[in-house]
Amino acid sequence: MGKIIQFLATDLFKNKTIFLYLLFLWVTGFGLISLQGQGEKILLALLNISILVVPMICLVFSIIYFYNMYEFLLLLHAQPLARSTLLISFYTSLSLVLTGVYLFGLGLPLYFSGAGGEGLLLLLTGSLWNLIFIGLALLMAIWASDRTKGMGFSLLIWVYFVLLFDGLVLLLMYNFNEYPIEKLVLYISFLNPLDLGRILVLMQTDAAALMGYTGAVFQQVFTENWGKGLVLVLLLLWALIPFSVSIRWFNKKDL
Amino acid sequence: MITINQLHKTFGRQEVLKGIDLYFSAGEGLALIGPNGSGKTTLIKCLLGLNTVQPGLIQFNGEDIYQQSAYRKNIGYMPQISRFPEQMRVKELFALMKSIRAEESTYDLELFEAFEIEALYQKKMGLLSGGMRQKVSAALAFLFHPDVLILDEPTAGLDPVSNEILKEKLRKTIHNENKLVLITSHVLNDLDDIASRLVYLMEGRVLFDKQLTELQAETSENRLNAMIATFLRKQTSHG
Repeated sequence: MGKIIQFLATDLFKNKTIFLYLLFLWVTGFGLISLQGQGEKILLALLNISILVVPMICLVFSIIYFYNMYEFLLLLHAQPLARSTLLISFYTSLSLVLTGVYLFGLGLPLYFSGAGGEGLLLLLTGSLWNLIFIGLALLMAIWASDRTKGMGFSLLIWVYFVLLFDGLVLLLMYNFNEYPIEKLVLYISFLNPLDLGRILVLMQTDAAALMGYTGAVFQQVFTENWGKGLVLVLLLLWALIPFSVSIRWFNKKDL
Repeated sequence: MITINQLHKTFGRQEVLKGIDLYFSAGEGLALIGPNGSGKTTLIKCLLGLNTVQPGLIQFNGEDIYQQSAYRKNIGYMPQISRFPEQMRVKELFALMKSIRAEESTYDLELFEAFEIEALYQKKMGLLSGGMRQKVSAALAFLFHPDVLILDEPTAGLDPVSNEILKEKLRKTIHNENKLVLITSHVLNDLDDIASRLVYLMEGRVLFDKQLTELQAETSENRLNAMIATFLRKQTSHG
């Protein structure tokens, strides 16, 4: 497995898209520093950039890469390698490279902006998002042999998690604002890893004070250590479950 | 060596293989023939585990291949159309394959040398012509001394010289090294002095499975093409 991961990771690093991604993260990161100065503003801006960019890059790039390397996968399959080994190699190398680029691309601006523990928390959350959305991309790629279909559905996932979900939560809160639904909203946020991570990072900043009564409920959970731990565990589950399902599907798939 | 029991395979609603029973043993040169869409490639893909099958249907050396991968170390596979990652160099491919199979210390370089693969080492796979890719694929299939060789339309796209080299190698593999060779081909002339047994698939069933000598005696023809044509004609006129 190590040899395949090594080969795929090297192949990925040669990819120009990866380099452009790194460049994009640097340009936005350092650009924001020069525009907005230091501190929490930068952290929040980088948080928003992560929310928009990480899922999209992970979904689109991983799925294209998987489809492009399909023949290679078949070639390796003729060797005595278990199917799970092949898929784990793909997942690991994509995760290593994309997460590495993310950490390097945002870590450097964060370091210069002087963000402390909150910056590290953002990087940790962002890395978990990488793992989650690469897993979802592989799931889609295995589910749909038709490339257009796989691509379409992975974009749908992106739109759902980035835009639609928030819209639905907002609709819920707007319609039921006379009822005590703060707890419910907290549980609903578990259903979207992006929201979960966003709230986790937001709550560590002063922006938390702007969130009103719902914020107070969130404050209880997301600032305590057990609460942070719980969120990280939930994010890990979000990464593990789609990936283990994709292994199961891959084992049964006609290649 | 390979036992297939009542193999059924359906894709969606279409039943491609409708109950195949076959036994292949070492030293056989087996020609798998049949019209387009008769299930030849599907059968091969099932043997290789590319298509998943129910447990108990295919045994390799007495072991069920269901969800197994280790048995593939004994199989050399040359696909119908060889496609490799475009950016990969020939050298990288061979290096990677050797490192995956690190437990093998000796390589069968006969085809590798005959096809002069080393001259292509620095070339990227995407720039190789279809025939060159077939050569790389053939050299790769033989590289680790497999006991079973599965070749899907091996001669399509090869030039006549390379074709002869491959046939000579196959002949040697069957007769001198006592290995099992499984070939599908439409070009029956290519199979003439390789095949010792013919399996004819038709709409997912085995239409006939005969030793070459048997078929020869029944049809009193010498060339494979003529033998099959005569045999099929007889069959249809009887039926």
